[in-house]
Amino acid sequence: MKKIETTTDATLVRQYLDGSEDALSKLINRHQQRIYNFIFSKVFDRDITEDIFQDTFIKVIRTLKRGKYNEEGKFLPWVMRIAHNLVIDHFRKNNRMPKFDNSGDFNIFSVLHDEDLNAEKLMVKDQIESDVRELIKELPEDQKEVLVMRIYKDMSFKEIAERTDVSINTALGRMRYALINLRKVIDKHNIVLTKY
Amino acid sequence: MAKLYLNESPNEKVEKLRPKKETIKFLLNYSKALHVLDGKHMQYENLLN
Repeated sequence: MKKIETTTDATLVRQYLDGSEDALSKLINRHQQRIYNFIFSKVFDRDITEDIFQDTFIKVIRTLKRGKYNEEGKFLPWVMRIAHNLVIDHFRKNNRMPKFDNSGDFNIFSVLHDEDLNAEKLMVKDQIESDVRELIKELPEDQKEVLVMRIYKDMSFKEIAERTDVSINTALGRMRYALINLRKVIDKHNIVLTKY
Repeated sequence: MAKLYLNESPNEKVEKLRPKKETIKFLLNYSKALHVLDGKHMQYENLLN
């Protein structure tokens, strides 16, 4: 029979803070695939994924050792958030420092970027994300909870169902209605959430 | 509906990617080497090899 993993992330974090390096090894082992795949799904490059994965855990280790971690019980969403922020940093850095591809004919337009336009795009994107966050606050509590777990914490529906103590179908239904209600509010108030 | 969402992704290869062993080893060694010292007003990081 398969042995069930019983030590929670919170316990492992505590053990790590108490000096057990083995606890960190278990935490990495437990979540490495999920985090690695999350990063890869955004950057589609093994080397970059490897770098961001490493940077993510360096940040995790430093924060834990500095005693700054205070999200007991939410280890994975916290690590995912760090990974997500590092992915964003990676894209921002790449936009600011365009590299030209040496393969094939040199194309000057691949090197020249209109920095003002990039800054504008970034501002518009930030504004859209901020608007969406405000709209989400208007949703009923149960729908908001599922949407936040799915979109911002990147949890699977199975995990959401377990966390909120409902069936997977209920979690899926709540997500569906959350999106329907968001669209309704957007239509009703003629809110424009497109980039251009 | 649940079945629809829980089906394995057709891109199975992507689902099974893992970091290199060297990366994990580096992180575990980094963790062992990193020591944080509490100063009067701030913390100091020290890497002991």
